[in-house]
Amino acid sequence: MTAYIIRRLVYGLFVLVGVNVLTFALFFFVNSPDDMARAQLGAKRVTAEAVDKWKRERGYDKPLFLNEKMTGVQKVTETVFFDKSLRLFAFQFGASDQGRNIGYDISTRMWPSLAVQLPAFVIGLATYISLALLMAFFRATYVDFWGVVLCVLMMSISTLFYIIGGQFVFGKLWSLVPISGYDGGFEAIKFLALPVLIGVIAGIGGSARWYRTIFLEEISKDYVRTARAKGLSELRVLFRHVLQNAMIPILTGVVVVIPLLFMGALITESFFGIPGLGSYTIDAIVQQDFAIVRAMVFLGSVLYIIGLILTDISYTLVDPRVRFS
Amino acid sequence: MTRIRHGLLPLLLAFVAGCGGAPWNDPYPAADARSNTLYSSFSERPKHLDPVQSYAENEYAFIANIYQPPLQYHYLKRPYQLIPFGAEEVPKPVYLDAAGKPLPDSAPAERVAYSEYVIRIRQGVLYQPHPAFAKDDAGKPRYHALTAADLRGIDTLADFSHSGTRELEAADYVHQLKRLAHPRLHSPILQLMGGYVVGLKDLADRLAKDAAALPEGAVIDLEPYEMSGVRIIDRHTYALRVRGKYPQFAYWLAMPFFAPVPPEADRFYGQPGMAQKNITLDWYPVGTGPYMLTVNNPNRQMVLERNPNYRGEVYPGEGEPGDAERGLLKDAGKPLPFIDRVVFSLEKEQIPYWNKFLQGYYDASGIGSDTFDQAVQFSGQGDVTLTEDMERRGIRLQTSLATTVFYLGFNMLDPVVGEAAGERARKLRLAVSIAVDQEELISIFRNGRGLPSHGPIPPGIFGYREPDATGINPYVYDWRDGAPQRKGIEQAKRLLAEAGYPNGRDAKTGQPLLLHLDTTSSGPDSKARLDWYTRQFAKLGIQLVIRATDFNRLQDKLRRGTAQLYFLGWNADYPDPENFLFLLHGAQSRAKTQGENASNYRNAEYDRLFDRMKHMANGPERQAIIDRMVELLRHDAPWVWSFFPKDYTLHHGWVHNRKPNQIANNSLKYQRLDPALRAELRREWNPPVVWPLALIAAVLVLTVLPAVTAFRRRERRTATGGA
Repeated sequence: MTAYIIRRLVYGLFVLVGVNVLTFALFFFVNSPDDMARAQLGAKRVTAEAVDKWKRERGYDKPLFLNEKMTGVQKVTETVFFDKSLRLFAFQFGASDQGRNIGYDISTRMWPSLAVQLPAFVIGLATYISLALLMAFFRATYVDFWGVVLCVLMMSISTLFYIIGGQFVFGKLWSLVPISGYDGGFEAIKFLALPVLIGVIAGIGGSARWYRTIFLEEISKDYVRTARAKGLSELRVLFRHVLQNAMIPILTGVVVVIPLLFMGALITESFFGIPGLGSYTIDAIVQQDFAIVRAMVFLGSVLYIIGLILTDISYTLVDPRVRFS
Repeated sequence: MTRIRHGLLPLLLAFVAGCGGAPWNDPYPAADARSNTLYSSFSERPKHLDPVQSYAENEYAFIANIYQPPLQYHYLKRPYQLIPFGAEEVPKPVYLDAAGKPLPDSAPAERVAYSEYVIRIRQGVLYQPHPAFAKDDAGKPRYHALTAADLRGIDTLADFSHSGTRELEAADYVHQLKRLAHPRLHSPILQLMGGYVVGLKDLADRLAKDAAALPEGAVIDLEPYEMSGVRIIDRHTYALRVRGKYPQFAYWLAMPFFAPVPPEADRFYGQPGMAQKNITLDWYPVGTGPYMLTVNNPNRQMVLERNPNYRGEVYPGEGEPGDAERGLLKDAGKPLPFIDRVVFSLEKEQIPYWNKFLQGYYDASGIGSDTFDQAVQFSGQGDVTLTEDMERRGIRLQTSLATTVFYLGFNMLDPVVGEAAGERARKLRLAVSIAVDQEELISIFRNGRGLPSHGPIPPGIFGYREPDATGINPYVYDWRDGAPQRKGIEQAKRLLAEAGYPNGRDAKTGQPLLLHLDTTSSGPDSKARLDWYTRQFAKLGIQLVIRATDFNRLQDKLRRGTAQLYFLGWNADYPDPENFLFLLHGAQSRAKTQGENASNYRNAEYDRLFDRMKHMANGPERQAIIDRMVELLRHDAPWVWSFFPKDYTLHHGWVHNRKPNQIANNSLKYQRLDPALRAELRREWNPPVVWPLALIAAVLVLTVLPAVTAFRRRERRTATGGA
C-alpha cells in the first residue's frame, strides 16, 4: 500500500502543477499586474508611478514565465510564475497583495470554518444515513413515498433560501439565536447552532435520497435475503449488513470532502459573519487579491488530492477484497 | 432514563439561569448589555489603517477616531468649517516670494512662490498606551530589540504585557510627513503632495535610491533624512512650506495623511518577525485621538476603546440654526468622548444587518432599496416620514445631501460625441442631457433619494447655486411655475436633428446612431436601470449599446480614452469647489496625464479660470469665476448632469447627538448613548419564543410514532404475514 500511496502522491504533484499553471494563466490573462495594482491602490489619485512602484515591490514587474534578461536558472527563477506559484509547493504562501501574511491568516481562519463544517458534516451524515435507512426500511410504503417527495422538494430549494429563512424564523421571529456573528470558546455555540442546523437541513434532500438509492440497491441482493432467512432482525440486517456493504459508494462521496471541511462554506460564512476560510476566499475575489486566491486554490487542490487518496485507503478498511498493488 | 432526566434538568436550569433574562439572540456577551458601548458594523475588512496609505471611507471610519491631524471639521456648523484638533489654532499661511521674503496676504498668486504654515501643536497631549512606548526599569525601550524567542507566543498587540506613552511632539508630525515619501508605503497622495510640499519629492527620490541599496526587508530609518520644506521650530511647533498659493492645503491638514506618527512605532513594528505575524502599523494604529483600536480581528470584530490619555476636548457649544431645537447643544461643554467602547462587527450582508438593527443590536443603519418601504413613507405633501413600525420603536430618521456627484460622462476624445465633432457633438450631448430624465431616475431607482444636478458642485460646497430662476442649467431646464422643468423631448429631438441625426439617424448615411455605454453594473439588479437608460436614448431614436465590463477593463478604457459613455461619481476629499471643478480641468485628462478628468474635457477658458479660482479665498469674486466655469460646462455638456445622492440614516432613540457629516469621519466622540434604555428595549423586542420548538418536537414525535409502531409490527410479523 505504501508504494500505492507514494505513486498517488506523485500523480497528485503533477495534478497540482497543472492546476497551478492553469490558475496562474487564468489570473494573469484575465487580470494584468497593472489591474491588480490599481485594485489595491484604490480608485482615487492613482498614478502610473504608484502602479509601477507597487508592481516592482511585489515582484509583478518581472516577466511571467521566462526572463530573457537573466542567465542560467535565473531565467526561470526570476519570473512571476516562479515567485508567485512555485513557492506554493513549499507551502510558502507569502504576503497578500495588501501585505498581510497569508499563512498566518489561513492558520487562524481555518478553525471557525471547521467549527461550522465539522458538526454540520457529522450530524448531517448521521441524519442523512438514518433517514435513508428509514426510507429503505419502509420502502414502497407511504413513509418512503412522502419521504422521497420531501427530499425532492428540499433539494429543489436553494441554500440561500434556507439561510435567509432560517435567520428570519429562528433569529428574528422566535428570537432563539443570534442572526449572525461569531465568538470564540463556548460562546461560539449560540452562533454555530443556526448555521450548523441549516447546513444539515439544506443537505437532507439530496443526500438522504442518494443514500436511499444505495441502500435499496443493497437490500435487493441475495445476502440480505439470506440474512433475513436466518432470522436476523431488520435492524440488524440494515445496520450490520446493508450499511456495511453500502459503505463503498458512501465513502466515495464522504471521505473526499473531509479535508475540504477546513476550506469553509462560501455563502454560509458570508451570511452568518463567520470569519472562516470561505469568507476569506470570497473577500479576496471581491478585492481582487490574487495572492490569496492563488493560495486558496492551491490549498483546495492539495486537500482534494489528499481526500481522494484517503478515500482509496478507506476502501481497504471497509472491503477486504480491495487491495492496492 | 431517570438518570438522563436528572442530568438534563440542572443543565437546562443552568442555561436558563445563565441567560439572566437577557435575550437569547443577543450576539454580544450578556455582561456588556448595559455597557456604554456603541454597536456598529463593517462589511469589508479595511485594506489599510496606516494613515499614510489609508484613503477609503471604510478605513477612515476607524483611523479618523484614532489619529489626531492638526485640524478637524466643526461637528455642527455648516458650511463646513475647519477648527483646530492637534494644533492650537488653524494656521494662517504666510506668503513668501521666491527669495523667501514675506508678502502681504493680498499678494497675487503669481508673486507667491511659497506659502508657509507654522503649526503650533497642543501641549500635554499623550499617545494611547502602546507597547512601542513601554520602557524597562533602566528607562530603555522594552520592546525595540525583540528576538524570535521574545516573539514566541505573541500573536496580537494585546499579547505584549507592558505599554507606555509619551507626549506628542511636533517631530511626530514631521516624521509622518517623511513617511509620505517612504518608498514602501505607497501613499496615494505622494504624487499630488510632491508637487506642493517643498522637499517631499526630493526626499522620495533619495529614499527610493537608498532603499534600493538596502537588503530586502531592511528597515529604512527616516530620522537622519531632512526635508527642505519642513522644519521643527521647537518641541511643539513646526513649519511647513508649500509651493505657491494653495488655500486648499488647510483641508489636507484635516486628513489622517498629516496626523502624527511616533518614530517609536516604526521602530517597534519594523522588527524582524512582526510582519510575519501581521503586527504592523498598517494593522495596529498608534494615535493620540479619542479612541484606540484594542481588538483588531477584521475577520470578525474590531473594537475601539476610549483612549485613557485623551483629554482637553469638549462638546461644541455652537451649531447651525435649528441644532439647539434638535437637542444637539444639550451636551455643550462636556468632555469628549462620551462613549467608552465602539464595537464594529463584520456584517457582509444587508439582510442580517437590517434585522439586527431592528432587534436593537446595531445602533444605527442606512436604508437599502430592499428595506426602504419598510422604513420610510412619503406623505401626501411629498414629505419623508418614518413608517408607523419605525415610529413605534422610537427610531429616528436623518437625511442629508452627500458631497458627492454622480454623472454620465462623454469621452471628449471620441469621434462621435467628443471635441473633434465640434458643434454637432455638443448638440448631440445636449440632446442626450435633456432626454435622460434624472427626476424619473431618482424617483424609480433611488426612492427619491437624490437631487438632480445642474452642475458639478454639490450643495453645501461654496460655489453651489440653488436651481432657482437664475441658478438652473438653462440648456436642460426651463424655469416654469416657480420650479425647474426639464425641457421637452421635442427640443432634444430638434437639437439632435441640428446635430445631423434627425430621428436618431445619420442624415448623410441614414444609418441609425449607435452610442456605447461602458458600465460595471451587471446582473439582475442593474438590468432594470440599464433598460431604463436604453429607453431614454430610444426616445431620441438613438440605439444605446450597453457594454458590461469589469472595473479593471473600464479603468483601462478610460485610461486609453476609448470609452464613449461611462458612469462615474466623485466623493469630496474636502469642502472646496476646486475638489469638484478639477474633475474637468484639461491638465487632469485621464488619457493624457492619468488624471481624474475621465471625460478628457478641455476648454482653454475653463482651464484658465480654474487656475485662477483655485488660489482664491471664498468670496464674490471667486463665486463669479465659478459661475462662469459652470456656465462653460453646461454649454459644452461633457457630462450628463445626473444627481447628488441623498443619504438616509436611521438610529435608535437611545443614541444622541448624531448629526450627518459628509466630510468629517471622527464623529464617534460626539455621540452619546443611553445603554439602560437600550437594554430594556432589547429585552422587550426579543423575547424568546419557545413554543414552536415544542410544537416541532410534538410533530416529530407524532410522525415517528406510527413509524415505530409499524416497525415493531413488521419485526413481529412472520414470514407468512401473521403477527
